[in-house]
Amino acid sequence: MRVAQRRMTKKARGFGSLYRGREGQWSWLAHRVTGVAIILFLFAHVVDTAMVGWGPGAYDRVVEVYHNPIVKLLELGLVAAVIYHALNGVRIMVIDFYPRANDWNRQLIYGTTAVFVAAMIPITYLIVKPVFLELF
Amino acid sequence: MATVTRRSGVEDPPGREPRTALSRGAGRGRPPTGGEFWWWMFMRVSGMVLFVLAVGHVLIMHVVDTGVDRVDFQFVAVRWGSPFWKTWDWLMLVLSLVHGVNGLRVITLDYVRRPGVRIALNGVFTITGAVLFALGTIIVFTFDPSRWPGVAP
Repeated sequence: MRVAQRRMTKKARGFGSLYRGREGQWSWLAHRVTGVAIILFLFAHVVDTAMVGWGPGAYDRVVEVYHNPIVKLLELGLVAAVIYHALNGVRIMVIDFYPRANDWNRQLIYGTTAVFVAAMIPITYLIVKPVFLELF
Repeated sequence: MATVTRRSGVEDPPGREPRTALSRGAGRGRPPTGGEFWWWMFMRVSGMVLFVLAVGHVLIMHVVDTGVDRVDFQFVAVRWGSPFWKTWDWLMLVLSLVHGVNGLRVITLDYVRRPGVRIALNGVFTITGAVLFALGTIIVFTFDPSRWPGVAP
């Protein structure tokens, strides 16, 4: 037991410095950060969408903000946050409803991250391309 | 060695080293009973529905075609002409607000130690969520583009 614990601590120490909790801790942190980012954006987004109730003059002026190239880079961050939170949420549910899957938690985290990165490659291209065309 | 019951409710197989908390990345265990259990369940059920609604929404509005560049009053007027998209957007509004506000509450349980401050903070989150729910619901169901003739179809 003591040996195993020492081994765990040693392993954990070599991986990042903030929490020393290895992959699980980082995915937990990422889930939290993306979640807070999404709900804070949502609070603003409900208000800006509600502007349609005041007609095209009001709504088109508000939505113009989203067409700004710099805002589109923030938009990319938002899309990434939603997709990561969704994929990681599936991993959490898999472990919650099939607790045995916890034994493959690390592999599931790498799998989730791989799917996330694979999804973000074409999405980043599609969102960033018009920004480049507009700026240069 | 005694078998150790993990928070996930699964026992470590006998004869194997029980894992320490450090190796466990499974997060918050399932609360056994009561309100917290139902919140736990709500987060998972709404999470599954939001996986489709929110990821679908983000891909449709921000990625495909010309993304957010094509979104304007006319676009919304055409979209909300369909009860399908109205239902989609309203359901997403309700679930994401409750899921998000409860998520904030769970986070305050970790970081805000003083109960008074926590209750006040969660009161602000809940009222914000309730006001936005009311605003969103009114707009989705009373929106009538024919009030602006010539712009909408």
